[in-house]
Amino acid sequence: MCLAIPGKLTDIYEKDNLRMAKIDFGGIVKEICLAYTPEAKVGEYALVHVGFAISLMDEEEAQETLKLIKEVSDFEDEISG
Amino acid sequence: MKYLDEYRNPGKVKTLLREIASITTRNWVIMEICGGQTHAFLHHGLDAMLPPQIELVHGPGCPVCVTPLEQIDKAIAIASRPDVIFTSYGDMLRVPGSTKDLFSVRAGGGDVHVVYSPLEAVQTAEGNPDKQVVFFAIGFETTAPANAMAVLQARNKHIKNFSVLVSHVRVPPAMEAILGSKSNRVQGFLAAGHVCAVMGFHEYPPIAEKYHVPIVVTGFEPIDLLNGMVSAVKQLEAGRAEAENQYQRAVKFEGNESAQRTIRSVFESVDRKWRGIGIIPQSGWGLNPDFAEFDAENRFDVGNIFTQESPLCIAGEILQGLKRPLQCAAFGRQCTQQTPLGAPMVSAEGACAAYYKYHRDVVYE
Repeated sequence: MCLAIPGKLTDIYEKDNLRMAKIDFGGIVKEICLAYTPEAKVGEYALVHVGFAISLMDEEEAQETLKLIKEVSDFEDEISG
Repeated sequence: MKYLDEYRNPGKVKTLLREIASITTRNWVIMEICGGQTHAFLHHGLDAMLPPQIELVHGPGCPVCVTPLEQIDKAIAIASRPDVIFTSYGDMLRVPGSTKDLFSVRAGGGDVHVVYSPLEAVQTAEGNPDKQVVFFAIGFETTAPANAMAVLQARNKHIKNFSVLVSHVRVPPAMEAILGSKSNRVQGFLAAGHVCAVMGFHEYPPIAEKYHVPIVVTGFEPIDLLNGMVSAVKQLEAGRAEAENQYQRAVKFEGNESAQRTIRSVFESVDRKWRGIGIIPQSGWGLNPDFAEFDAENRFDVGNIFTQESPLCIAGEILQGLKRPLQCAAFGRQCTQQTPLGAPMVSAEGACAAYYKYHRDVVYE
């Protein structure tokens, strides 16, 4: 439950009065909410938990984390629900 | 260190393990709170590489495991209704209730949806105005901001057919319950990194001082875990008891204040029953009175739930660090990941599941 997955922000927009984003988790694109990281910009990486960015992180850390998650966890299950 | 490969560097791991061994002069019992950290320790084999004087015990930081049986049974009762679409995070579906789980409700025709984000549950309610849509709002402080935002969105969009079955729990009261118990053995804590990413760690210095235990905010990579262990052991050996942050790249002292504000606007502190442990005062969040209209327990009659735990399952002792999974007579016999008796064997963060997954070479006599 407290697993947080990093992804790259590819588009940021408003929806239903919430700041939302498209985020790329190593090829799988999901919609997430940026309500708690309003300073996030396209191209940056966010650490995501249950569809919400809880913090921002740099690209190298994000890529390495994604690589590890792909290797050792049910990554597809985690992000496709 | 900046990049994550450095946090997995085998040379640095060996160096840290040698450091831990060199500074450890007596037996210490250290608890990692978060189930994700439990799995990381076992996955990387770090638990087996610690010096024999360090006993690692596993804490209650698995929200799936500690969600009380009554709430699971209420979820099952609500999800079984023909007028309900029940929405939940995926890891709750296999958790055993008294007689069945949410998967079996779905297999029997119940409309049970797995959602990735609680905002999906709100969208489901919008798209199905003829149905009552209920979201199972479980989790620790990491998950609470997302669940709170779903309730706010439902209110802001005037969605009347959405409600939440809330079972939020908080880490600091659980730590105090463990430390305040007469049977407590825990002498130091590795605190949960992502909980602290949201909440910060300003709640921990008073606990460290009151119970004289080191509390080290710790991440999830091998180097993070061992750095946390080094800090905890150094403090214990020196007789110090402070709250320290070893996960500075993700955790600030004050945490994510925007997320905390939203939590406070929707939830209030409540007494909460923890599965296998019992009621811990002010250890949970429930909807505050302003949002009572969104409380599924007010909307559905679930007051006469009779619960029945498996008499073989010792999850409560596991979750408090009093026993380890291999000390359970049912482990690997009556209780497996295919036939779980308790939530710690079901959850991806459960201690029993971690032992089952990574200790397959253990011979059970």
